[in-house]
Amino acid sequence: CHKDLDLKPTNDITADVVYTTPQGYKQSLAKVYSSFALTGGGGTSATIGDIGGIDQGTSDFLRLYWNIQELASDEALCAWQDPGIPELNFMTWNSNNVLLQGLYARSLYQITVANDFIRESMDDKLAGRGIEGADAEAIRVYSLEARFLRAYQYWVLMDLFGNPPFVTEEDPISKTPPRQISRADLFNYIESELLAIEGGLTDPQQNEYGRVDKAASWMLLARLYLNAEVYLGSGNSKYTQAIEYASKVINSGYMLKSNYRHLFLADNDQNRDEIILSINYDAIKTQNFGGTTFLINSSTNGQMNPASFGIPGGGWGGNRSKSTLPGKFSDISGNTDKRAMFFGTNPVINDVATFAQGLAVTKFRNVDVNGAPAPSNDGTQCSVDFPLFRLADAYLIYAEAVLRGGEGGSSTTALEYVNKIRERAYGNSSGNINNLSLDFILDERAREFYWEAYRRTDLIRFGKYTDANYVWPFKGGTQSGAGVQNFKTIFPLPALDVISNPNLTQNAGY
Amino acid sequence: IQGIVYDEKNQTLPAASVLIKELNESVGTDDKGRFSMSSIANGTYTLVVSYIGYETKEQTVAVSNGTASAVIYLQPSAEGLDEVVVIGYGTQKKGELTGSVTTVGSKDFQKGVITSPDQLISGKAAGVQITPVGGRPGAGSTIRIRAGASLNASNDPLIVIDGVPLSSFKDGSGNNILPGTSNPLSLINPNDIETFTVLKDANATAIYGSRASNGVILITTKKGATGKPIITFSTQNSVATVGRTIDVLSPQQFRDYVTANGSDSLIAKLGDANTDWQKEIFRTAFATDNNLSIGGSYKSLPYRVAFGYLNQQGILKRDDMNRTSAAISLNPKFFDNHLKVDLNLKGSLQKANFGNQDAIYAALQFDPTKPVNQENEFGGYYEWMQGAIPHPLAPRNPVGLIDLKKDHGKVNRSFGNLQLDYSFHFLPELHANLNLGYDISRGQGGTEVPAFAAMNFTTGGRVTQFLTDINNKVGEFFLNYNKTFDDIKSNVDITAGYGYYDYKTTTNNYPTLRADRSVLTTPPFAFDIPQNRLISYYGRIIYTLDDKYILSGTARTDGSSRFSPDNRWGFFPSAGFTWRMKKEEFLAEAEALSSLNLRLSYGVTGQQDGIANYSYLANYYQSVNEAQYQFGNQFYPTYSPIAYDQDIRWESTTTYNGGIDYGFLDGRINGSIDVYYKKTKDLLSVIPIPIGTNFSNLLLTNVGNMENRGVEFNVNLIPIKQEDFSWDVNFNFTYNHNEVTNLTAVDNPNYFTQVGYIEGGTGQNVQAHVVGYSPFTYRLYKQVYDENGKPLEGVYADTNGDGIVNDLDRQLNKSPLPKYIMGFSTSLHYKKWTLSTVLRANIGNYVYDNVSSNMANRNNILNPVGIVNNAPVDFLNSNFTVNNALSDYYLYNASFLRMDNLGLTYNVGKLSPNSSAKLSISGNVQNVFTITNYHGIDPEIQTGIDNRFYPRPRTFVLGLNVGF
Repeated sequence: CHKDLDLKPTNDITADVVYTTPQGYKQSLAKVYSSFALTGGGGTSATIGDIGGIDQGTSDFLRLYWNIQELASDEALCAWQDPGIPELNFMTWNSNNVLLQGLYARSLYQITVANDFIRESMDDKLAGRGIEGADAEAIRVYSLEARFLRAYQYWVLMDLFGNPPFVTEEDPISKTPPRQISRADLFNYIESELLAIEGGLTDPQQNEYGRVDKAASWMLLARLYLNAEVYLGSGNSKYTQAIEYASKVINSGYMLKSNYRHLFLADNDQNRDEIILSINYDAIKTQNFGGTTFLINSSTNGQMNPASFGIPGGGWGGNRSKSTLPGKFSDISGNTDKRAMFFGTNPVINDVATFAQGLAVTKFRNVDVNGAPAPSNDGTQCSVDFPLFRLADAYLIYAEAVLRGGEGGSSTTALEYVNKIRERAYGNSSGNINNLSLDFILDERAREFYWEAYRRTDLIRFGKYTDANYVWPFKGGTQSGAGVQNFKTIFPLPALDVISNPNLTQNAGY
Repeated sequence: IQGIVYDEKNQTLPAASVLIKELNESVGTDDKGRFSMSSIANGTYTLVVSYIGYETKEQTVAVSNGTASAVIYLQPSAEGLDEVVVIGYGTQKKGELTGSVTTVGSKDFQKGVITSPDQLISGKAAGVQITPVGGRPGAGSTIRIRAGASLNASNDPLIVIDGVPLSSFKDGSGNNILPGTSNPLSLINPNDIETFTVLKDANATAIYGSRASNGVILITTKKGATGKPIITFSTQNSVATVGRTIDVLSPQQFRDYVTANGSDSLIAKLGDANTDWQKEIFRTAFATDNNLSIGGSYKSLPYRVAFGYLNQQGILKRDDMNRTSAAISLNPKFFDNHLKVDLNLKGSLQKANFGNQDAIYAALQFDPTKPVNQENEFGGYYEWMQGAIPHPLAPRNPVGLIDLKKDHGKVNRSFGNLQLDYSFHFLPELHANLNLGYDISRGQGGTEVPAFAAMNFTTGGRVTQFLTDINNKVGEFFLNYNKTFDDIKSNVDITAGYGYYDYKTTTNNYPTLRADRSVLTTPPFAFDIPQNRLISYYGRIIYTLDDKYILSGTARTDGSSRFSPDNRWGFFPSAGFTWRMKKEEFLAEAEALSSLNLRLSYGVTGQQDGIANYSYLANYYQSVNEAQYQFGNQFYPTYSPIAYDQDIRWESTTTYNGGIDYGFLDGRINGSIDVYYKKTKDLLSVIPIPIGTNFSNLLLTNVGNMENRGVEFNVNLIPIKQEDFSWDVNFNFTYNHNEVTNLTAVDNPNYFTQVGYIEGGTGQNVQAHVVGYSPFTYRLYKQVYDENGKPLEGVYADTNGDGIVNDLDRQLNKSPLPKYIMGFSTSLHYKKWTLSTVLRANIGNYVYDNVSSNMANRNNILNPVGIVNNAPVDFLNSNFTVNNALSDYYLYNASFLRMDNLGLTYNVGKLSPNSSAKLSISGNVQNVFTITNYHGIDPEIQTGIDNRFYPRPRTFVLGLNVGF
């Protein structure tokens, strides 16, 4: 009767059952993707999600990544005192910062889930489970997509933390602490992975919405090459390759959406021509308190008429712009450059905790192109998909790489690409420019991509992140702004992981 | 043989037990104290006469010519050394115990309206801390024996009723798995309980093996008696009043502050009402508790039948519970008493309405210048508005929160057991004992909020329902051999047994609906059936030499379905030794000393409750319908791999205990002293693992070590003992020190686990587990004060002196666990009057005032979201602008002295000389007063974080007890 002690759960199932059918593979692939969209599989009321040690509603990828890339930059300031937020506002973080720890865990979580999927999709496993033919082919492509997502998260970790732990499908679930990888080695790994999978991915625009195609891998390669000197040290530039891969994206059939504003609305999953890869949210079926739900609610308060943002039950009054952001626009009304989408009149913030000080950003709205709110159960959840890569970035990467001396492009084409973006922004050619400079590119990237979680990376590439030559309100903790130590271009490895994993050496300065 | 039994006052003693030692036949005395036994052959016999609270007396009687008579006088037992005490799988005389065991009998229980059994022994036993979780009807308590031995798994003791171990009713996350009741223990009618026996050291508990690390509470329920039926009826009727409420700014103070400091737009938002919101949500509550029992013998069948009806209102409006309970106990004997049968069946139906506890918090915050009611579309309750809808960031109208949320539960529970004890005809020293038990419950109910209610306005109301069945089965069988070998002055008592335990829950999942019954969310699975099993082998030997030296050893092997086959079985041994020193010649002369026992014990126990059922398995779970992912135009539910530790295994605790039981002056002073040392290893702790090695960054695994050291002392005094006047006193004292000694797989002094989640900041924690400190030690910034003692806002000490004040400067200091716990009970009897009281004190426990830390700041009052909120008066002291929740300013010493109970009983006695009806009348006050420096609502908060606390009422009880 000791067999009576072998009990199995009612609803949970084992790997052997999950991976017996093509449908099971697809649902597992959905997990690999949803690892950067959701906090877990339990919904918004679950107290336990994929990662722990952090408030569940804060534990999704975008909310963490956005806070880190935007609050610690010249674009956004948060009124809240939630753990970890003030240190990002003021660039005074340390290795116990819960948001840094959360993102690090989130990125490595998605990598671990991807590794699991890749292991379970090996040819011998498929054969052993009797999956063949078109089903097996489809699963091989899924596996390449999982490798892309893993490369993307390694890029995030390389960009933010420099030298993270490193695990691949060769490392099964165990208690063996992973080894640390250096930033340069990780660069090479990401590059080799992207080049290896590029050929097998679905052709541009041919995959299902929300899934990776060749253009996504080219975008990430272009971004990797553009920042190569940051990751590999000066003198190791790869601007020529940046131009090559940006061009591949530009020629892949994606098109600029004519109305900039429509890129950030609840029905942007129906307007797919510019967005190359997005994190998908749905107010009914893909809910959490991070993602664009966080982005829209935290940027709105009661005085802004939340209903007009499609969130009648929301408006949390947290994030608004630092004055440096509207300062990038000569006219903040949106009448000339339509990308200027602000609410309020006085851009100056004296009290960090008062949301109403400073201009609110109205770029993301949970309404469709006709202004109708996305259906939701609680008036808070949002359906806006968050663009991770869109074509405009390829244009600006091309232009910047040409300016920085990359070969294989031309300055005429660079100017033409920048003016395409400006024509869309102005609705006509009145905003077109004749000369390109790197400073202009950095400002143009602010105007085009503000609040899309690019900013910290861009400022570092331009050498404007830490020192006192370029400051913004509350940089370094003072209202007028001050320089911070240069080692802050990368974040500390979270103290908890340095303690748990004896193979890790903390980043310099921390 | 005919006889009669008297007590020391020459009153007859009904229901005393009379045993013919030689024949192993027993009877009970009737209500006149008489007994008779027939068909006894001529000869000389020893009668053993016992009665609870009296010294057992042996008296010889000679039967000649077929008759004999006996008159027996019993003397009250001051220390009850011969009292029979229940231990695991058997009984032992109190004076011969080798383990640390405390018994509390029904006469010593806490009085008044007690709806949950755990509260009966609050303050009554050293080493046992019983902390009520709040004042809700039926609310339970957190029970800690020697402070518990676990961090993440359960710290609750194992509760065994009539030999049947109950399931803990908690899942892997510590949540109650039986919905519809605030506390599954409240389904047991306290009036059916005869004694509590608390097993504290490992020698006493180890026979319960893997569930014993947090102590074991054995509950014996009332049984049938012999003789004529005795009918008892008791009724207790009570009024509960709101004791302390939290001092918030008065409407005038509030108005003045907003007017002086607020912006014009906020000043314009002030209303002209004066509302005391706490007054609006609380009420004076009534309760009635009625119990009827009939006990006696029908022919030779002893029985007890009892009914109870309780109806209790909570002081929070809409809160009430009623419980109807029945208990049947049949205790027949067959085959010349060789087969004893005990059948116990209990059932209860509990119905409860739950007042919305969110209102308690909202009442502190809601603007006191606003009226309760206003004509609007939200049911007529004033609400803060944002345009046309209730302001999403404002508190809701507290009265609306209560009035508009129906929340009800109905729970049926039945448990019982059939115990057969057979002593072999050819070898009466050998017993076989079979105990079959069950515990079945069904909890059902739901909530309903109408579409117009502001609290669920955005969803169009909200309707939920639940239905859970719990089906637990226990089977145990043991053999016991007990023989005295007079020639070698030895007694041997050997027990060996087997147990099978099956705990199964069926949870039905229902869609959440809007008020119009359209579907809001659908669960992915219609039901879930978590289950766990335990299979056990156990044994014990007690060897007594010369009545002086007692040696005992126990062993148990448990197999649990919660662990992988490699780690499934755990072995838990113990040993104990008692030396009855007073029986030695060198103490024979010491007349003042009436008894002296020295006890030493050692043992290992385990712990598996609070661990999820399947955590060693590599499983995937399917996401809920709200957590799908979109590919193309289709949404896919996801399969998530679950982080797991296939090596997860038992926590094990090693306990050393040394104790002295003493008695002086014929036991008028008696008690015991125990010192103990408990070391838990393989403590289950959620720890950060090297990220990338598993499907989470945190994993529950066996990594920690913790130590508990303590001293327990108790003394019973009978300072006055006269015919008409007596006074007795009980005092107990506990000192416990616990310390985490390891937490991580890799040693690092900087590591801590954050715990103690607070309100007012997404994901803020104020406590930590750290090596070298008590569990749940506070971790806060050290507040800096100005010369007037006012806190300087945002100014904290740079405790590590690195020139920057950051997270690394948070100090580890103080813990919610009391250093010292004391209990004091006393009663004075004068003629027919009895005056009694129970006081308890905790010293050295700290509380974090989360109510003030979240609300007592300017930004809460003059709220940037465009509303005004009230705040606790602490604001007038701190004058903080923003939330400074991590300041140790909010940490308070919450030592207290509380009078739990003050009662006066008048025993009328016989209603008339010829009547058999006896009456007593009692008046009790519960929660009489609390002396503390803590300014919050209650200093006794288990978690140490004062937040949304349901106030314990002050209750006035009038009771009548009639017996026939």
